[in-house]
Amino acid sequence: MSQLHVTTKINGDETEFLCEAEDTLLDVLRDRLGLTGTKEGCGTGDCGACSVAVDGRLVCSCLMLGAEAEGRDIATIEGMATGDQLHPLQQKFIEMAALQCGICTPGILVAAQSLLERNPDPSEEEVRYWLAGNLCRCTGYDKIIRAVMETAADMRRAS
Amino acid sequence: MALDDTKKTREFKVVGTRPDRPDGIDKVTGRARFGADMVAPGMLTGRILRSPHAHARIVRIDASKAKALSGVKAVVTRADFGEVPEDVADVLDNCMAGDKVLYDGHAVAAVAASSPAVARKALKLIEVEYEVLPHVTDVDEAIKPDAPVLHEGRQQETVPEGMSQNVIARSEFGHGDIEAGLKQADRVVERTYRTAATHQGYIEPHACLATMGSDGRADLWVCTQGHYMVRNTCAAILGMEQGQLRVTASEIGGGFGGKTVVFLEPVALMLAKKAGRPVKMVMSRSEVLRATGPTSSTSIDVKIGMTKDGKITAGFAELRYQGGAYPGSPVDMGAMSGFAPYDLENVKTLGWDVVTNRPKAAAYRAPGAPMAAFAIESAIDEAAKGFGLDPLEVRLMNGADEGTKASYGPTYPAIGLKATLEAAKLHPHWSAPLGENQGRGVACGFWFNFGGDTCVSLNITPDGTVTVSEGNPDIGGSRASMTMMAAEELGIPYDQVRTIIADTGSLGQNEVTDGSRVTFAVGLATIKAAEAAKKEMCRRAALVWGIDEEAVEWEDGAARPAGPNAGKFPPMTLKEIAAIASNTGGPIAGHHEVNAEGAGVSFATHMVDVELDRDTGSTKILRYTVFQDAGKAVHPSYVEGQFQGGAVQGIGWALNEEYIYGDDGILQNAGFLDYRIPVASDLPMIDTVILEIPNPGHPYGVRGVGETSIVPPLAAIANAVSEAAGVRMTQLPMSPPRVLAALQAKAES
Repeated sequence: MSQLHVTTKINGDETEFLCEAEDTLLDVLRDRLGLTGTKEGCGTGDCGACSVAVDGRLVCSCLMLGAEAEGRDIATIEGMATGDQLHPLQQKFIEMAALQCGICTPGILVAAQSLLERNPDPSEEEVRYWLAGNLCRCTGYDKIIRAVMETAADMRRAS
Repeated sequence: MALDDTKKTREFKVVGTRPDRPDGIDKVTGRARFGADMVAPGMLTGRILRSPHAHARIVRIDASKAKALSGVKAVVTRADFGEVPEDVADVLDNCMAGDKVLYDGHAVAAVAASSPAVARKALKLIEVEYEVLPHVTDVDEAIKPDAPVLHEGRQQETVPEGMSQNVIARSEFGHGDIEAGLKQADRVVERTYRTAATHQGYIEPHACLATMGSDGRADLWVCTQGHYMVRNTCAAILGMEQGQLRVTASEIGGGFGGKTVVFLEPVALMLAKKAGRPVKMVMSRSEVLRATGPTSSTSIDVKIGMTKDGKITAGFAELRYQGGAYPGSPVDMGAMSGFAPYDLENVKTLGWDVVTNRPKAAAYRAPGAPMAAFAIESAIDEAAKGFGLDPLEVRLMNGADEGTKASYGPTYPAIGLKATLEAAKLHPHWSAPLGENQGRGVACGFWFNFGGDTCVSLNITPDGTVTVSEGNPDIGGSRASMTMMAAEELGIPYDQVRTIIADTGSLGQNEVTDGSRVTFAVGLATIKAAEAAKKEMCRRAALVWGIDEEAVEWEDGAARPAGPNAGKFPPMTLKEIAAIASNTGGPIAGHHEVNAEGAGVSFATHMVDVELDRDTGSTKILRYTVFQDAGKAVHPSYVEGQFQGGAVQGIGWALNEEYIYGDDGILQNAGFLDYRIPVASDLPMIDTVILEIPNPGHPYGVRGVGETSIVPPLAAIANAVSEAAGVRMTQLPMSPPRVLAALQAKAES
């Protein structure tokens, strides 16, 4: 088996790794780079727990090959906070109890950030449809939706 | 000493507030370590080979080619396990099949290899010869005398002769005279209801990391609802002493009852033992759906007698629950809980525990209760509406109260059922107008709540911060709740306390995180541990002041002289006492070990509005309100979260979720695309109303809240859909094809 050499950027850092041709980006992040904040809930693109941003686009990292990361700019949950300064979404999720077990939380935060970058003033329906690809079994989504809406309002006020 | 925890009107300072959870930052930054997030040096990948048949005899397993593959370090089959104690025999057989495979996905062999790719290749090289047997997956088919039999000789004496051997046990509850009660009725509703099997649907697949040395000492990292249970079960299966196996619970990515049993763990330990290296095992989603969880599918007959003014004169239910491949469906809990919200003179339930060729049912949030409530609450609704009566008034008229003899035996102390019904009646939701094709449903639900073995150790550090060690995985914010109760009892700020989940080597036995027991039982033990620490701190202050320890009381985080006769000394704070602990006798701690009794039962009423699409049969949830008694809500946001999460799981159960088996006995929807749990765009906000009727068995009045919330929604939604459709819906899920068929049948009739 010959491994592929990939050069990419992850959370702003130039990164090189070797991977098998069959390894998904999720496998690479978790098992080769130790970035286990990105979670695997299904491996088939149905749950959104592995959401990352690739060149600013929201993707399920379980549906993309590691080799496809070549030359890309990848953002994971580990890069969401700036030093010890949480992103407003992260802060709001804690304040508003928008997580219970927390396994879906990284994927939902990455997806919500991607929404707010595109639409700083989403309606409840827009938030619900944008996050429809992120499964949460604990919360019933109520506090998640509220936290995203509230963060959007805070960020609008701040800008 | 004044450690009075019987004050009736306690003013809380921390309990009832909404501080940030201590694990919050780890969980929003990706730092929290769940089951699959741990690594060990030299770690191997473990994988399981699973049966492609619903029922078959294993004729031969040949793993020689797999063993010969480069990178394969161990292969395990049932032959590697010896004889095990009877109480774990089924558990082992479920983790690794013996003579027969009993369901699609049943484990038959496992490998440990140097990489996932090698492990996958090795599984394909294991040759298994099967003799395929006839199978049965439906509960009503399985009880027929000529059904294929899973187990010979397991039937209990309670089961009458002549029934299929798949019927394992019979249970019966109730009191009074059903026939006499039915004679007093002006109307009798008699129907059969059916519910499909559903999965707990936690987003984190099962995962563990096992190491075992040649000295027989082992460590296990695992996502579980109960690491003490994992320790005890694995030790029994592997023939180890419990003290030689240390289990550490990872963060847990949801459980809902599905992580109260072992699946991978004994296999991972056996692989680690044979390979002499750490082994990590992580299930795929399809493995989770095929081989873990699910609930029972059920078939339930109900007969309700009601007078024209709404009095229920008799309630009878016969419940058939299939529990998958081994005995132990939660039918008894269904039979105990279904009529529990009502004060009935004549009530009886019969339960039948049935085995089928499906994965063994695991607990799922109030196990057994939602299906029984669906059937019984639907029948009550139909009877009430038949007389044009208000369904809330009928429930209030028949509702259980303090002093009611429950249908399952005990007499209730103070309970909150009627408070939830009264709150529902007054809520604006109840009087809001409905539009065309819309319907409103209500239903009540009950759950026992449990206590059980619990240990808490509370330590005062030299600088006066407080650490609480408890033994129950935190599945929804319990570290926050324990921290709050410790801070409350000690009279110190929330941030001065940190709670951790200790490994099995650090505390005595702890019951699993189940039965909505943790906030009640671990909270109780935390309060008692804090009381013990306070007592010791009062003693230290007395020593310093040179007065009797009885002359010292604890108030607002400090020891104080109790009354003017004790002498005049300035208060000594917890921090000041901690700082001199070494000079006054040594470190200060409190601990409490108990089999907690006094868990208070809890009740809820749910109200839901739906709208039907008459062209597609699909149901939209328009509005949903939960009314539930929490006893005392320690952290109201997390209580609301439990209410909301349970309601939405119930919505999935009512409308979408279903295990679908083909005629071949193979699960056809083993993935989240086809096993569809509710997504954000399916739902409205879930409103909550927290009632607080204190549990007399807890110092702060706490009742468990986690499970009751999934009990009413199946029936509440069925009652709403039935109203909107003009047809009584008696089968779950009320998926679009099923609703459409009901609408068409009505149009044709």
